[in-house]
Amino acid sequence: MAVLKVKIEQCKGCGLCVRACPKGLMRLSKTTLNSRGYQPAEISDMQACIACAACARSCPDIAIEIEK
Amino acid sequence: MSRQLMKGCEAISEAAIRGGCRYFFGYPITPQNDIPEYMSARLPEVGGVFVQAESEVAASNMVYGAAGAGARVMTSSSSPGISLKQEGISTIAAAELPCVIVNVMRGGPGVGGIQASQGDYFQSTKGGGHGDYRLICFGPDSVQEAIDIMYEAFDIADRYRTPVLMLADGLIGQMMEPVTMPEFKSAAEISKYDKPWAATGWYEGCGKPRAVINSLYIEDDELEALHERLQSRYRQIEKNEVRYERYLCDDAEIILVAYGTISRVCRAAIDELRERGWKVGLLRPISLWPFPSQAVYQAVAAPSVKKVLTVEISAGQMVEDVRLAVNGVKPVEFLGWPGSRIATVEEISAKIAQMREG
Amino acid sequence: MTRVFERTKGLTEAEMHYCPGCGHGIVHRLVAEVLEEMELLKVTAGVSPVGCAVFAYNYFNCDMYEAAHGRAPAVATGIKRVHPDHCVFTYQGDGDLASIGTAEIVHAAHRGEKITTIFINNAIYGMTGGQMAPTTLIGQKTTTTPLGRTVEHSGKPIRVAEMLATIEGSAYIERVALNNNANIIRTKKAIKNAFTAQMERKGFSLVEVLSTCPTNWGKSPVEAMQWLEDEMIPYYPLGLFKEV
Repeated sequence: MAVLKVKIEQCKGCGLCVRACPKGLMRLSKTTLNSRGYQPAEISDMQACIACAACARSCPDIAIEIEK
Repeated sequence: MSRQLMKGCEAISEAAIRGGCRYFFGYPITPQNDIPEYMSARLPEVGGVFVQAESEVAASNMVYGAAGAGARVMTSSSSPGISLKQEGISTIAAAELPCVIVNVMRGGPGVGGIQASQGDYFQSTKGGGHGDYRLICFGPDSVQEAIDIMYEAFDIADRYRTPVLMLADGLIGQMMEPVTMPEFKSAAEISKYDKPWAATGWYEGCGKPRAVINSLYIEDDELEALHERLQSRYRQIEKNEVRYERYLCDDAEIILVAYGTISRVCRAAIDELRERGWKVGLLRPISLWPFPSQAVYQAVAAPSVKKVLTVEISAGQMVEDVRLAVNGVKPVEFLGWPGSRIATVEEISAKIAQMREG
Repeated sequence: MTRVFERTKGLTEAEMHYCPGCGHGIVHRLVAEVLEEMELLKVTAGVSPVGCAVFAYNYFNCDMYEAAHGRAPAVATGIKRVHPDHCVFTYQGDGDLASIGTAEIVHAAHRGEKITTIFINNAIYGMTGGQMAPTTLIGQKTTTTPLGRTVEHSGKPIRVAEMLATIEGSAYIERVALNNNANIIRTKKAIKNAFTAQMERKGFSLVEVLSTCPTNWGKSPVEAMQWLEDEMIPYYPLGLFKEV
């Protein structure tokens, strides 16, 4: 099983990971804001993640870490 | 050390190499072409590198790159080319890097002419490019003095982490004179200027900080801190690097102030006038920045001195610094023309005769 | 558990100042990863440009310079000639490289200077506030082409990769894009090839990366990535233009 961690404070809420995820699992949080007011990315279903790292690769702020 | 006959530009080049210069980036322009030509042949013989850049702008930025990498590096040009180099020179000054620049001055403004001139004094001594900075600037009056300055210029640049400008003119660059060339500086002499700030490769724990060669200080307080460092160095330079020559000043009634080629014409005029019994002397600035203001003041403030005459190959540029130095204690007159017209011994003598009468 | 993706040691810990969704962050990471993987960080000097990437010296974890506008290839030349065995790269945008710095980039290539240039083409001046670049597309609105760029007034956009590939001294020239996962992987591969060409002393190498400027394009980061795909790639074809 994969573990995907978004570094909330480093995320600028650009949404490129949402666009990149082949499984459509990434979304911008509707309930959280980071200290700079960005809606950080989050994963909707960790179980479904295939750890392909397309999200992390598209992230300009290196805010996503993945373990498998 | 034997005497030899050498052309100014070639002597400047060889002295630079013996002073430790191993990198040269330049672009052809008259009347300094003998410098890049000489360097292109000579530097590879001593393990150095010559690159003919695509422009003066590029050449000065190559110097920035090489200086930041810890090298002893120089460039040379003539007046319009020096204008193009100002971008790089301002950057080098701001990044606190050492290098040497030679300007073999020709007539301006614009493309101007190709004969000797002293029209770049303002540019050379007041900074040159944008921003609040200075260059150490020397104006030699002979090929031998040009050699002596070049030989030491890299040490001075390294000591203060600042560009040094050798302000020669077309005559110094193009004439041949008998000279004595110094020996090569030893590796030990050169390496005593430690450069832990240079970009020579870095890794965590290598014993020096990661190099950031930079002229950008986006925060006000950081920019101010840079200027504090620069100004404090400039004060040290003003204290340590003032150079000048006094010639027959002790009993003089009229003191000439002149630098570079024209000072030799002044000297010839003085020698003739002394034979007539006229008491005329010469104060010759060698460092143009720092300007020998105190020496000028002391020379002209003597009770015997009645008047001061500044002679230049320009419409009158250094005369402004002379007037500041004299500070009104004696009248200061000027003789010179813009472009490349050089006052003759007769014209200088006639001017002095007129001043004695007036 | 093994790390599938983590931050490269080729980057410092400093947080990047770029706008949300800006491609610079992606390219910085790719360059840094390549330098780390090739074990070049210890002997690398990078040159940051004037433009949005001006602060790149804060991000790359190696010796860095900041150059005057457009002069990075000249600065890199000076460094490389002093340290011929070191790795030297410039990181430049399209105002810096394709406008004010054309002489320096053309002649660095012409001399076959053993340096690598990472060229970010986002069709606009970013840092100064969205003015027209030589790479701005026809019809594209910028703060200095408020009605859209026209051929009559400003000519057609310049294709840097194609131009530099015609120069004998260039050894590796490729154009890539950041618009999808496959292309990001291809971008990293191209960057690695370019640095390899440099270290094998083959000549000048350049990777042109089609990137986005959501802020100055007036688009969301996702819309901007789509615009890159739909508008930029047709005019700026991806591919390898030179490999010797």
